[in-house]
Amino acid sequence: MPTPRTIIEKLWDTHVVAERDGAPSLLYIDLHLVHEVTSPQAFSGLRERGLKVRRPQNTFATTDHSTPTTPRSLPIVDPIAKAQVEQLEANCREFGIPYFGFQNPKQGIVHVIGPENGLTQPGMTVVCGDSHTATHGAFGALAFGIGTSEVEMVLATQCLLQRKSKTYQVKIDGTLRPGVTAKDIILALIAKIGVGGGTGAVFEFCGSAIRALTMEERMTVCNMSIEGGARAGLIAPDDATYQFLSGKPFAPKGADWEAAIARWKSLPTDDGATYDLSLSLDANALEPMITFGTNPGMGIPVSGRVPDPASMQDPIERDSLTKALKYMDLQPGKPLAGQPINVVFVGSCTNSRMSDLRAAASVLKGRKVNPKVRMMVVPGSMEIKRQAEAEGLDRIFRDSGADWREAGCSMCIAMNGDQLQPGEYSVSTSNRNFEGRQGKGGRTFLASPLTAAASAITGVVTDARTLAK
Amino acid sequence: MAKFTTLESRLMPMPVDNIDTDQIIPARFLKTISKEGLDKQLFNDWRYDANGAPKPDFILNNPEWQGVAILLAGDNFGCGSSREHAPWALTQWGFRAIVSTSFADIFKNNALKNGLLPIEVSREVHAKLFDLVAKNPQATAKIDLATQTLTLPDGTKVEFPVDGFSKHCLLEGVDELGYILNQLPAIESYEAKTDSKFNTLQPA
Repeated sequence: MPTPRTIIEKLWDTHVVAERDGAPSLLYIDLHLVHEVTSPQAFSGLRERGLKVRRPQNTFATTDHSTPTTPRSLPIVDPIAKAQVEQLEANCREFGIPYFGFQNPKQGIVHVIGPENGLTQPGMTVVCGDSHTATHGAFGALAFGIGTSEVEMVLATQCLLQRKSKTYQVKIDGTLRPGVTAKDIILALIAKIGVGGGTGAVFEFCGSAIRALTMEERMTVCNMSIEGGARAGLIAPDDATYQFLSGKPFAPKGADWEAAIARWKSLPTDDGATYDLSLSLDANALEPMITFGTNPGMGIPVSGRVPDPASMQDPIERDSLTKALKYMDLQPGKPLAGQPINVVFVGSCTNSRMSDLRAAASVLKGRKVNPKVRMMVVPGSMEIKRQAEAEGLDRIFRDSGADWREAGCSMCIAMNGDQLQPGEYSVSTSNRNFEGRQGKGGRTFLASPLTAAASAITGVVTDARTLAK
Repeated sequence: MAKFTTLESRLMPMPVDNIDTDQIIPARFLKTISKEGLDKQLFNDWRYDANGAPKPDFILNNPEWQGVAILLAGDNFGCGSSREHAPWALTQWGFRAIVSTSFADIFKNNALKNGLLPIEVSREVHAKLFDLVAKNPQATAKIDLATQTLTLPDGTKVEFPVDGFSKHCLLEGVDELGYILNQLPAIESYEAKTDSKFNTLQPA
């Protein structure tokens, strides 16, 4: 009998190209996604060395981070952003890399378009110069973020030097109660283990609550693995995965599809396989979550109270919480619900897919965004934008007073002009609440699309379950 | 890559846990297509006020702390995004080593590729270092990568972990991409064996 293996070990084993004593393994990369921010210096490096892109057929690019979400008929106003977007275009042309550019009808956030087009497939290794590459793990792929030096290495060799990560099983059984979403699962996990809890590890999310999630919801969970410190997080493929991928442009077809399914079915973790670390969460007990502080681990149930630094033992930990509450201008011990807000952002690679937009629209339908609140809804891709418009979601957003925009990272990272003003509070469906993340001096509460939409209506942090029907 | 062998420097204390890469260099400065000049934006939003004037109470602006090459930071340094602009900005300012109890994975990888040494110490040593620096900000620590030794300002020597390959690359200034390119035959034979039909240039 062969030793039982986890899906993480299977993915690793099939991608090792070479192993030398004392050196990290040489790992093969099946899909390299590229965007405008972390790639220009890597392409310059290739030029300086006179190297080509080894496998354009395993590479795909799009523009999302510094890309405006204003109508595409308008030019890019910021000259530095414009130069960066144009540089990516020039690099893709020069090196023969396929590219959904600024004007392409399929442009979108890199972690949205990969799955949307069937580029992301089970059993693959996927990298991108972006820490939210973990998103693609939802398909049973080993997907992780890399730096620009590594982007250059993958462009030149299709390989990376890697050491095996620890395996970390996150088992979530039970049934989510109404109003509790995939976003709340991952925020609850990070609140429990902290932003460094998964350092050195790859999460495998499993259990009945994970199996019950749609592919879009699984992407939300895997997306924020990095906020829990893990470079990657994944979910074994199943029928939901195959159903999602079937017929997607780059997914295998015909006999190739049948062969792929047979291969993918061997991926799930074997019975009896063991993990380096493991943890269980009870889905029945989860509440809608929200962050109060300046890292994604500073999360509480939306009905909860802001923690008190006086209760912390470790002096640096206490000072860090004090610093966070000072930045957020929040009082310890007070409930977060009822806190006035200025902005609501629905979007980002965490929550900008059809089901996220539908969830936000379900709350907004027939209601108005509070006049004190500016609400921005940014679809994850131009494809999603068209689909949402075909369903009439754009009308619901516009009628409620929300701003309906073009695809991009937008206010998640505030590189494209969509940003908070100093001192403003947002409820945001994105993934990071670091100081200034959504604009210098801006203050972010991370939450689900339901919580975000409910808060937009009332103008204060609101548990969507408390809104009158 | 710049070689790293030994280093003696004072330690700049930054007792904050989970210093993320958005603090090290905010995203709005990542629109550049070059690696140069990022030191000016290192810790930008902690360093400058709303009008762009240096905040006198932030340690990087203190004339007493110029030229220091070791940063002493709280737990889980470098969490957040994968931006290599973070180690670029740190090294351009002059840092060659960072001491903490732990580092985020991607940051650690990026730092090692830029001649910036992440040194992990125990909680006890970490607390002691902050204590020693508070008592005598002029005191220096010594780093010897070959022996993986950190000598504290009071003369105590502690060992720190570094994987053998990264150590070799830092000591010798090895270029990792060159190292991978030398293994091209293995890559070719892997590609021949797997024979994938996957092709991003053409929908299936």
